[in-house]
Amino acid sequence: MKNMHTPIAFTPAPLVFQDEALAEIQSMVRACMQCGTCTASCPNSFAMDLAPRQMWRMLLFGLKQEVLESRTFWLCSSCYSCTLRCPRGLPLTAAMAALKRLAAAEGDAVNRKKALFYQEFMQNVEQNGRIQEMGFMCHYFLAMHDPLLPLEYGPLGLKLLAKGKLHLGDSTQRGRLGPLFAKVRSMEEAS
Amino acid sequence: MKYAYYPGCSLGTSAEEYDVSTREVLKRLGVELSEIPDWTCCGASAVEPVSRLLTLALPARNLALTERECPGLDMLVPCSACYLNHLRVGRECATDRALPGRINEALGAEGLSYAGKVRVRHLLDVLASDVGPKAVAAQVSHSLEGLSVAPYYGCQALRPFALFDDPEHPRSMEPLISALGATVFGWDMGGRCCGASLMATRRDVALVSVAAILDAAAGADVIVTVCPMCQMNLEAYQSQAHHADTISVLYLPQLLGLAFGLSDEQTLLDKNLAMTDALKGKLRACEAASA
Ligand code: SF4
Ligand code: SF4
Repeated sequence: MKNMHTPIAFTPAPLVFQDEALAEIQSMVRACMQCGTCTASCPNSFAMDLAPRQMWRMLLFGLKQEVLESRTFWLCSSCYSCTLRCPRGLPLTAAMAALKRLAAAEGDAVNRKKALFYQEFMQNVEQNGRIQEMGFMCHYFLAMHDPLLPLEYGPLGLKLLAKGKLHLGDSTQRGRLGPLFAKVRSMEEAS
Repeated sequence: MKYAYYPGCSLGTSAEEYDVSTREVLKRLGVELSEIPDWTCCGASAVEPVSRLLTLALPARNLALTERECPGLDMLVPCSACYLNHLRVGRECATDRALPGRINEALGAEGLSYAGKVRVRHLLDVLASDVGPKAVAAQVSHSLEGLSVAPYYGCQALRPFALFDDPEHPRSMEPLISALGATVFGWDMGGRCCGASLMATRRDVALVSVAAILDAAAGADVIVTVCPMCQMNLEAYQSQAHHADTISVLYLPQLLGLAFGLSDEQTLLDKNLAMTDALKGKLRACEAASA
């Protein structure tokens, strides 16, 4: 019975650092009432490891690592069905995109690799002003280090080639977006 | 009727037939287009997962150019992803007061600024609401009688902003299709997602959507689309989606062009990846009937 009288050690509450990226997403789904309409409306929920409804709840509980380990948000195809139907009017598609950004910045190697598709695309836009579809796909293949990937796209490539649709594209706007990208980058770093 | 035209990147490359047929059909309908000078990519569906500010600043650049170079004109956009990107600049600025300032600070890098005056319109909205089925019917020289057409709207022309159609039960294409003499194929897959960029990142998942849409279209002669991404996903992966028979997929203005008797160079049907002999035969029959 010795323990009964040992004074309870006073442990100070752990210092909670404000996690702004998480807080931003939490504020988007704060009013969720767990009705499940989002999950039921999602054409890709069958392939998700966490149902969207469940994921919002976990985010509100602060289970950031668990959410980042799931692949649910990478399966959002921005169809806006959930955003349209959510009875609370929550910006769910935007929250999915915010999670992609968070996973790119703070996630593991798998997350960073998944983010490459979007980053390579935007890098191409930054350089060329107008997306060069062919150059982008080539870069993406290289960045993914997956020798099978180009083969998967081979049949499509041949079809497009036969239709005269595989060309380098419009280069008249090369470099045009450099200043805007640079400015946005400096504004986002400052904030 | 005159609009500031934003073709978007796809229409200059893999969706050339959408660009050409849009311009030709609108010309025939007496609609004037003024291409926005110096336009750049709006970031498509790739920008939001990369940067929130860029998501608004890239389309805002085109809107600022439109305001300055094409004052008073609505911006006409044929690609649904480009449409939504440009549309939501105004929508988000209306709910977040700090945004216009931030966007304009970014645009300042190029000496541009945007006052929020441009109205963004989807090509389908312009055809259905401004031009209207009556004016379309007046141009029909080759009735498409006997052709069953499945209207496919996709996502971002309808959602999240319900501006010109019912996002749950879209019907805006139906009067246009009827005006051509064709029959509207009844189905409920018009607003079902095609998988969009999952076709590049998770093809297995996107193919499930494509297969569901193609299966539901069985019995129609052709699916018509109003977005280059939807068009590509529905026409280029039919064999991978394990779809038994090829189904022709055309852009809406290509269908209009056929009924208007436009030339091959104006409709560019030979650029489409999925064109069945059955559809070609039906089109020849329509032509013979109206000759
Ligand atoms: S539809 Fe909205 S309220 Fe319902 S579970 Fe999803 S996020 Fe929550
Ligand atoms: S927007 Fe994304 S999460 Fe929402 S229903 Fe569509 S695919 Fe699912």
